Amino acid sequence: MTFTWNWQIFLQQNGGGQTYLGWLMSAWGWTMSVALCSLLVALLAGSLMGILRTTPSKGLVFIGNAWTELFRNIPLLVQVFLWYHVIPSIFVSLRAVPSFVLVVFALGFFTSSRISEQIKAGIQSLSQGQRHAGLALGLTLPQTYRYVLLPMAFRIVIPPLTSESMNIIKNSSVAFAVSIAELTMFAMQAQEETARGIEIYLAVTALYFVSAFAVNRIALFIESRV
Amino acid sequence: MALDFTFLTWSVISNLVLKGLLFSVQLTLIAMTGGIVLGTMLALMRLSGKMWLVRVASFYVNTLRSIPLVMVILWFFLLIPMLTGRPMGAETSAIITFTVFEAAYYAEIMRAGIQSVAKGQVYAGYAVGMTYAQCMRYIVLPQAFRNMLPVLLTQTVVLFQDTSLVYAIGAYDLLKGFEVAGKNFNRPVETYLAATVLYFVICFSLSMLVRRLQKKIAIIR
Repeated sequence: MTFTWNWQIFLQQNGGGQTYLGWLMSAWGWTMSVALCSLLVALLAGSLMGILRTTPSKGLVFIGNAWTELFRNIPLLVQVFLWYHVIPSIFVSLRAVPSFVLVVFALGFFTSSRISEQIKAGIQSLSQGQRHAGLALGLTLPQTYRYVLLPMAFRIVIPPLTSESMNIIKNSSVAFAVSIAELTMFAMQAQEETARGIEIYLAVTALYFVSAFAVNRIALFIESRV
Repeated sequence: MALDFTFLTWSVISNLVLKGLLFSVQLTLIAMTGGIVLGTMLALMRLSGKMWLVRVASFYVNTLRSIPLVMVILWFFLLIPMLTGRPMGAETSAIITFTVFEAAYYAEIMRAGIQSVAKGQVYAGYAVGMTYAQCMRYIVLPQAFRNMLPVLLTQTVVLFQDTSLVYAIGAYDLLKGFEVAGKNFNRPVETYLAATVLYFVICFSLSMLVRRLQKKIAIIR
């Protein structure tokens, strides 16, 4: 079998008058946008649910647990379809929402279930005495969380949150299923148009590597600063 | 809109959905078995202390763990026919891909499992005249498996969820079964809902079983 590389494929234009390199770069932008917006949603929802699961209220604990189990036990791709096909047809007012936003919520809520586990573990790893001391000083429960527990818990959970941030970049690839023009979508379409699958896939895979590596470095930087 | 599930009769379910469920389960079981065997070998290589074995295994594990599964599925679907010179069905390609891919994840679990066995036990094995292979086979690996069983099974639940990603190459799995039913009857909303519920029921029950098992086999140290 003989194989000849053809990297010039990236300088050719596709049907829309854009080079494949230009398309690849815009796809990278979409991947990073999906990943970063989802990460924001996941951090907010995941922290809230993780905190609820450590409160003394049985009702709040139940809500946090139910949220986590729900979003953890449905495959991500199925959740994406749920947001894309099912939710807009049940809630008619959501029909105008672009699919980008729907994917961000799907990926964000999916990841929030994993982040909630880590936040919960982080808070529970602190000694109970910290909570009691805060309450004994006359802080309210929200104040105890804000000034005593969370500042310590968030430092503990930075390493697992780093790996979740790298996972979210990988998981953003499921957005291809609802035609977001991100890297995996690019890989599938450009492979079909050019039949130069190996070059296309190598470039896409390399960009996923670079993105995950960049996130890793940023997280290490944050870790060294807090 | 009004939901209407009446079209999901037994004949629709058994013809379209069960076929997909069967493939998803088959894929999960084969990838789990193959992945654990291959993963254990990779873990042993990483802990062997022989530089080139460590390098090869680390490269394998780290590479596969940093690429999105969808891209791995696409890579294999592209490469296998190129290398073997004949076309390969999406289902067979998926089985090979998942076995190879999951091995990287099982390898990390087995590595932690092997490291969880106290070093003194290996020395004890050597002291009674066992070889390295015998130590692993009779002392370390049985305990590693036992310690890691809940984690291995949790990974298998994740694997079952991930099998839905064969959507990318059009293999006929559980999700595809529901999708085809939805297209045939023009009821996509109902079939996606049904798929969600079924996936949730399966994965949630399995997670609960793993949690019970974990309590049962936990060693009190």
